[in-house]
Amino acid sequence: MNVSIFVPCFIDQLYPSVAFSMVKVLEKAGCTVSYNTNQTCCGQPAFNAGFHGEAKDVCTKFLNDFAGADYVVAPSASCVGFVRNYYHQLFDNSSRHNDVKDLANRIVEFSEFMVKVLAVDNVGAQLNGRATYHDSCAALRECHIKTEPRQLLTNVTGLELIEMNDVETCCGFGGSFAVKFGPISIAMADQKLTNATATQAHYLISTDMSCLMHIGGYSQNKGAGIKVMHLAEVLASGW
Amino acid sequence: MSNVSSFMAKSTIRAADLDHRKKINFNIGRYNAAVPQGKQQFANLAMARERAKNAKWRAIENLDSYLEEFEKKITERGAAVLWAETAEDALEEIGRICREKNCKTLVKSKSMVTEEIHLNKYLEQNGIESVETDLGEYIQQLDNEPPYHIVTPAMHKSKEDVARLFADKLGVPGGLSPEELTLVAREKLREKYRHAEVGVTGANFIIADVGAVAVTENEGNARLSCSMPKTHIVVVGIEKVIPTMQDLALFWPLLSTYGTGQRVTVYNTIVSGPRQSHETDGPQEMYVILLDNGRTNLLANTAARQALYCIRCGACLNACPVYKNIGGHSYETTYSGPIGSVITPHLKGVGEYKHLSYASSLCGNCTEVCAVKINLHELLLENRHEAVVKGNSSLAERLAWKAWKQASLNRGLMNAANGNIKSKVVNLVFKGWAQHRDKLNFSQKTFNQLWKERQG
Ligand code: SF4
Repeated sequence: MNVSIFVPCFIDQLYPSVAFSMVKVLEKAGCTVSYNTNQTCCGQPAFNAGFHGEAKDVCTKFLNDFAGADYVVAPSASCVGFVRNYYHQLFDNSSRHNDVKDLANRIVEFSEFMVKVLAVDNVGAQLNGRATYHDSCAALRECHIKTEPRQLLTNVTGLELIEMNDVETCCGFGGSFAVKFGPISIAMADQKLTNATATQAHYLISTDMSCLMHIGGYSQNKGAGIKVMHLAEVLASGW
Repeated sequence: MSNVSSFMAKSTIRAADLDHRKKINFNIGRYNAAVPQGKQQFANLAMARERAKNAKWRAIENLDSYLEEFEKKITERGAAVLWAETAEDALEEIGRICREKNCKTLVKSKSMVTEEIHLNKYLEQNGIESVETDLGEYIQQLDNEPPYHIVTPAMHKSKEDVARLFADKLGVPGGLSPEELTLVAREKLREKYRHAEVGVTGANFIIADVGAVAVTENEGNARLSCSMPKTHIVVVGIEKVIPTMQDLALFWPLLSTYGTGQRVTVYNTIVSGPRQSHETDGPQEMYVILLDNGRTNLLANTAARQALYCIRCGACLNACPVYKNIGGHSYETTYSGPIGSVITPHLKGVGEYKHLSYASSLCGNCTEVCAVKINLHELLLENRHEAVVKGNSSLAERLAWKAWKQASLNRGLMNAANGNIKSKVVNLVFKGWAQHRDKLNFSQKTFNQLWKERQG
């Protein structure tokens, strides 16, 4: 299967290895992976700040960059959810209306793509230890992803999955919210970390690097000793 | 201090207050355990919520005619309907009625709308004793605090806190149990009912087709407030309309389930006028004050209008991680939590309250739980957008987003500069980030560059 990948701006800049892990797993699952080197960002940051004009220009570029691909797969439910659920607000009653509808059907989050499109839930990964999975809000509520990552993780050899309390509660990242309202964001991270460490997990795993960079950053600062890993990194482990 | 800096200061303190966190997590935990029980009464909950949303849609789209229908019907049975455009208008009407009735003591049931117009303060200034009769509100009044939550006013207090407060303010022995405390309040309040000349209640629903208001409660205090005093004043926001009496079959269980997890609350009263000539009980006079106070701003705004569907069940507050961390008082608004952040800028001014629309991680849990399926988190985004369109953004922000756009339209720019420089700049700009989190470490090369190298 031909797959075009979208590497979200912050993964591109901060965590390229997450994207390479995803490529490795997709290729093992038999996909031919392509990457349009022209790509940048899905436009969400400006949209969420209320700057629709600026967002729309970047979203238009995104539509153009991903025209024609069978599937666009991204290691971020946040970006996928944004393209699916919010692009139409910018392009309703415009000539791009159909392009938006079409892209919404083709863009898929990584775990969703593995389980639902490829029907692969075991890639032969191995990682020893206890893990807890964090439902990102975008995965859970924007993309309705709940079982797919867990299904994939259950099949990782050596990994024991333990659910934490309040697993569906937001970790407090929220983009610029994390900086503008730092003390609230940190309190939310603290509650999340408390629940995660209570499981005595070694790893905190999620579909979204944005949550992980926030929780992980807080955890490191506090010396909590739980390691954050993107799902793609876990699935790329041990082989 | 500006609203935003006061909000920041208060929420910073609350968010770090572990005792507050413990009490709220405990009380909302109990709510979370009860709600699934209430939900069982619906054969198809999704459809019930959808139907409720449709009924409210119909009510709000035809608000003018439903309100007039209500006015006509209830006036025929002897109630007087007063239209108040502002809080001041409403207060003046209440003041006038109280003067006419020579009112010294007024009993009140729980009502957010009377909080909104600051009725207690007004009455106090006019030498009238106003007594809150809902137990939670009574506690808050004793403590001189506004309600913490629209459904559970004293949610942030433990039973020990309340026992201490009663001992302090009412001179009863310390350490009383909740049952004993309730009896103390009951005794004090019964006395007030006997003397009050006027009773004030809110209304959960204005029923258009029969011309009545419906009041939902658990303690019977609202029923007493509207039946014992000779004069009953209802203060209600114009958005509380439902088209027909039949709709209550849906709205009562829905409000109860999402409000407290009950199937239906203990008392539900429909009041359709003062005592009629053939009746033996009830007040001699009844007034209904229909309050606008900014609601028509929401009505005029086609995107935000759906916020008027709200039935004030409080579910979105209980579901909101921001609310749970900063508590109801940090907002410094009558309506807190997600719905408060959505409507307050429209009711009281975008300039002063737009910060509330940004004080959200956009987790979407409010939208997920809303009894009438209001797209709350999308409305927060809508508020942000409107603030930008109306010129309520700073020059620095506008320049930043222009620069962001330039970079995002040009892949070359995103690969320029090595990771060290980016790390430095970004950590400098987002100073707040690394206060409690590790610094952001940019990769020396972007994925984009690495991929190109890999392809050769
Ligand atoms: S917005 Fe929805 S969830 Fe929040 S109080 Fe209103 S009806 Fe309830």
